[in-house]
This record gives sequence, C-alpha cells and structure tokens, in this order.
Amino acid sequence: MAFLEIDSLIKRFGPVEVLKGINLQVEEGGFLVLVGPSGCGKSTLLSMIAGLDTISEGEIRIKGKRVNELPPSQRDIAMVFQSYALYPNMTVGGNIAFGLEMRGVDKAERDKAVARVADMLQIGHLLNRKPSQLSGGQRQRVAMGRALVRDPQVFLFDEPLSNLDAKLRVDMRTEIKRLHQKMGTTIVYVTHDQIEAMTLATQIAVLKDGVLQQFGTPAEIYNDPVNVFVADFMGSPAMNLVPARVTANGSAVAVALKRDNEPDLLLEAGRGAASLARHDGREILLGIRPEAITDTDGADRTARTVVHAGCHVDVVEPAGSDTFVVTRLGAREVIARMRSDARVRPGERVDFAFNMDKAVFFDPATQARVA
Amino acid sequence: MAVSSPDTAVRTGRVTRALIYALLIVFAVYYLLPFYVMVVNSFKPLDEIRGGAMLALPKLFTVEPWLTAWNSAQIGVSPTGLSPYFINSILMVVPAVALSTVFGAINGYVLTKWRFPGHDIVFGMMLLACFIPFQIVLIPMARILGLVGLAGSTPGLVMVHVVYGIGFTTLFFRNYYEAFPTELVKAAQIDGASFWQIFFRILLPSSGPIIVVTVIWQFTNVWNDFLFGASFGDFDSMPMTVALNNLVSSSTGVKEYNVHFAGAIMAALPTLVVYIVSGRYFVRGLMAGAVKG
Repeated sequence: MAFLEIDSLIKRFGPVEVLKGINLQVEEGGFLVLVGPSGCGKSTLLSMIAGLDTISEGEIRIKGKRVNELPPSQRDIAMVFQSYALYPNMTVGGNIAFGLEMRGVDKAERDKAVARVADMLQIGHLLNRKPSQLSGGQRQRVAMGRALVRDPQVFLFDEPLSNLDAKLRVDMRTEIKRLHQKMGTTIVYVTHDQIEAMTLATQIAVLKDGVLQQFGTPAEIYNDPVNVFVADFMGSPAMNLVPARVTANGSAVAVALKRDNEPDLLLEAGRGAASLARHDGREILLGIRPEAITDTDGADRTARTVVHAGCHVDVVEPAGSDTFVVTRLGAREVIARMRSDARVRPGERVDFAFNMDKAVFFDPATQARVA
Repeated sequence: MAVSSPDTAVRTGRVTRALIYALLIVFAVYYLLPFYVMVVNSFKPLDEIRGGAMLALPKLFTVEPWLTAWNSAQIGVSPTGLSPYFINSILMVVPAVALSTVFGAINGYVLTKWRFPGHDIVFGMMLLACFIPFQIVLIPMARILGLVGLAGSTPGLVMVHVVYGIGFTTLFFRNYYEAFPTELVKAAQIDGASFWQIFFRILLPSSGPIIVVTVIWQFTNVWNDFLFGASFGDFDSMPMTVALNNLVSSSTGVKEYNVHFAGAIMAALPTLVVYIVSGRYFVRGLMAGAVKG
C-alpha cells in the first residue's frame, strides 16, 4: 500500500470535467511531480490533495486513510504557494509560527521550532522583517519555512519557483532537492517546467486536459514516452518527430525519411524493430531526441545500432556546451546535438550519427507509441 | 516593484502655474465664504448682526452665543440647548457606524472568500439597497420598529442606520477583499486557522484603508441624517440635526442668528473633525487597487 494514493479521482466544475479519473500512488519519501501545460488540471489536483477543492468522485488516501472529507488543517499537509502567500501584516517569524499557533503550540516551543527552521533555511536574520521588505528569493524561503516548521506528512508545492528569476530558480531547485534528501518527507510538486520535473522527481505524472498521460520515473518518461504528447513535452530542445515509412525486409527493419532533392534516408531500426516490422509499409512518426543525433565522433560507443548518414546542414547554433545543428528530414527541421568543438558549417554536407537504440515510433493517427 | 518618483504630476510653465493657483484660490474662497460668515457671526452680539455687515469681523468678541446654543437655547418646548441632542447623536452614531462597518466587513469577507451558490445574487440585492431612496422605507421601517419595540428610541435609530448602511459598507468591503489574494486565505486554512481566525488575524489587519473609508462615509451619513431622525426619533432620542432644525426654525421670539450660527457649526464639527483626522486615508482608500503598485 502506497503512502499517498489517488484513486479514480474526478473533478467537475458544473458540467465540465477537468480531471478525468486520475490514478496515482506515491511511496513514503517519494517526490511526485505533476507536470503539464497550463489548464491541464495539475493545480486542481494539488488543491484536492490539500483539501482546498472538493472531490467530485474517487478517493484520496494518506497512509491508507481516506481524507476526502477532512478539512485542510486535519490532513497533516503543508503547502507552498506560487505567490508564496505570506501574511503581509505579520513578521517573518510570525508567518512561520502561525500554523503552530493555530494548533495551540505554546510560545516557547514555537520560538524553538522557528529558530530551527530559520537556521536550516538561513533566514535567521530576517525573522523580524515584514514580507514586503524581502526579496523574491527570501520570500520563497520564508514560504518554505512556514511549510517545514509543522513537520507534516506531505508537502505540496504549487509552482513554487515560477516567480523567481532564472538563476535563483536553479539555486532554489537544488535547495528543494537537498531538503527533500535530508528530511525524506513525501512531496507532491506541481510545475509546468519539464526541467524542474526531470531534476526533482522520483516519479513524474504528465497530465493533459485532465487526463493522466503517463506516470513513471523520470527516466521512463524521458526514454519511453507512451505518446507523442509526452515525447514532445519532456526534454529541451524537444524530441524530433519526423514522418517516416516503415520498410521491412526479412529481419532487417528500417524507416525511410523523405529528403529534399535526395533519395530517402534509410535508418535501420534498433530497439523495437520486431514490433515495428508489423507496420511494414505504413507511415509512422519517428521520435528521436537531439542528443541521439550526433557528429560521428560523439556517438555513443555502447549503442548497438548507430546509423551514419550524410546530411545537409541548414543552421548551426552554438550553445557553449553543445552545438545544435539543424537539418531537414521528412519535411521537418531536425535538431542534432553535437559536441561544441564539432566542425560544422551551414551549407556543408556532414556525417550525422543516428543512435537508433534511443529512437521511438508513434502512430501518426492515434499519437500512441507503436514501438 | 519599479522605483518611481513620488511626484508624477505633469510639469507646467510658470504662467500656467500662476493661473492654476489663482483659480484654486478663487474657488477656495468661494467655498469657504459661507463657513467664514458662520464663524464670524457666531462670535458677534445679536445687535452687531442686525446692523448688517455680515462679512465684518466682530467688534465685540463674545462666546455667549456658543454657550447659549450649547446650554440654554430653546429647543422645542424646553430650554436645554443642543447638548443633550449632541449626546443623542453620539449615542446613535457610534454604535451605528461600528455595527454597519463590522457587518460590511463580514459580508465582504464571506462574499469574496467563502463563496456559496448564489453569492452574486445576494451581493446584487445588497447593492440594490444602496439605490433605495430614504422616503420609500419610512413606512415599512416604522412598522418594523413598532413590531420589535424600538420605536422612538436610540437603539431603533441605530438599527435603521445599520440596515440602511449595510448595502454601502458591504459594497466597500467586498470590492476591497475581491483584490485581496485568496491564496492567503487558503494558506491560513492549511495552517489550521478557523473562519473567524482568518478574518481577525489575516484580513482585518490589512483592511485599514477601507475601514477608514467606511467609517468616514457612514459617520457623515448617519450624523447628517435628518429624515430618519425626524421620523423615528423621540424627545429623548432626537439627534442633533433635528434639534438644530427646531432651534433655527422656531417661529416664536427673536431670531438669534448668532446662536443659530454657533449651533450649526456645532452640528457640522464632528464630521469635519473625522474628515480632517482621517481624510488622507479616505482618498488613499478610495484609490486603493485602482492602480497596481
């Protein structure tokens, strides 16, 4: 039995169903990230776990105990809001201690708990300030302190980093990860940022239009997306999705990609070749991540199926650590991720290495994974 | 938050500026003149007023009219001066303002943060209350006051003003709390605060400006009200405004203009004081939320 269980959860606002039967389980100490585009229902789901939104159908259980009817204060959860939601009229210390005060913890004990948390988050010198006198990063820390001080069973984070600037966001991300490792408390975290999801989660749930698309570890989500949406949503730059035709000849299965003014590019299928063979002659979508297309020297030596092919270089985008190279295949722009010192110039013809072990294949009609 | 200079006015040339000031002074004088006449004449003996020269400063300065108006002027049948009615007004205004403000705040809190099905209809109906003319409610109100046994008493007047004021105070507080972040209420819920704890610990401490606006608005309206006071007030609950009318419009004896002036200033003074003390907040409160800052 999992620590936090979400069982066939449905949420309706009037006739509109915003969550359509969500099933999720998180183990104790797990870090579940709910990710999806805006309007997918991830924040609503978090609100329902918190008890701030009612449940239309289904059940939420914490430690095997049904919490549907419990008010937020009795679910033993703490939440960090996107806007931080610090009480503007109270000092930082007052903000952190408020939850304890409401639960009737006496003053001496409150002060001790606040001091402990302030120490952990390095905000001890801010305790007497008002939230309006703090910077964004400091407010974020205080909001976390307010959640930490109660030592709850589950932490809920609602896009906590989206109001911070890029550098601070990376720092706070690390900090949250460190806190999680140290405290081992179960966390449910909502974000629309797939990088945050990948870096923080032990498990990711990808949502779209109120439907759970895929639920798995970051590696599963990244390497084995179940459909085009998940493949496209996770990863930056996004996975290349190229129309191709399956050609099977005995045990040799390949996909043919159309090219401008050139014969088709044939890529031998690696992983999933057997199931791909059943689609012989049909149009499919080839999904291959930019890092699986490299210059020939940068190719993964442990990979079993690497196809080398000369392609026409359209655009070169040096990004410091890598160089992104754009070529046209199957009437799409395909991005390859090459080493920063790869010698590539636009207009040239260069050998690309396709790591077909990492390729996935989708049905263009149903958008579902076929191999 | 962007740092902006506090002076955001458009810069103007000297001539324009002089013109603006001249115009402002003219209007200030225009508006202050009646008040000046009242003040000056309230300190004159009656003979001096009868001699004309309303605008002249008093030749013989006397506070006698003020003492008379306060202590011994003939109001209706008894020579009590305005003081008992001043007390009546205070006894009516303070609870009426306090209660209507508190109710308005609670209504605003519920209508924005604890929405229930049909909350917009309830709010719409309360809003409608702001547009009902006084005269329409006179007879139903008299009937209700009679039924609850508060007719002709100060508590009765308090009730009338509270009922009539709730529409306005609810409107003020609802609009103010509408802009108040709901996430704070949710955070407090998770922290374990109750309905009232959230109200008193989170919302109310941030409601300073709108409380000031409501208090000024309600104080001015209740204090200046004549119709309800005249209709529902009895001899021992008659408010200042009605007493002043009885003083000024008595049809027997000599018209003591200096006493009338003094009495009228007395009647106007409390609202003036309230406005001067908290006027800065009034303007700030009315503008609150108008510009994101």
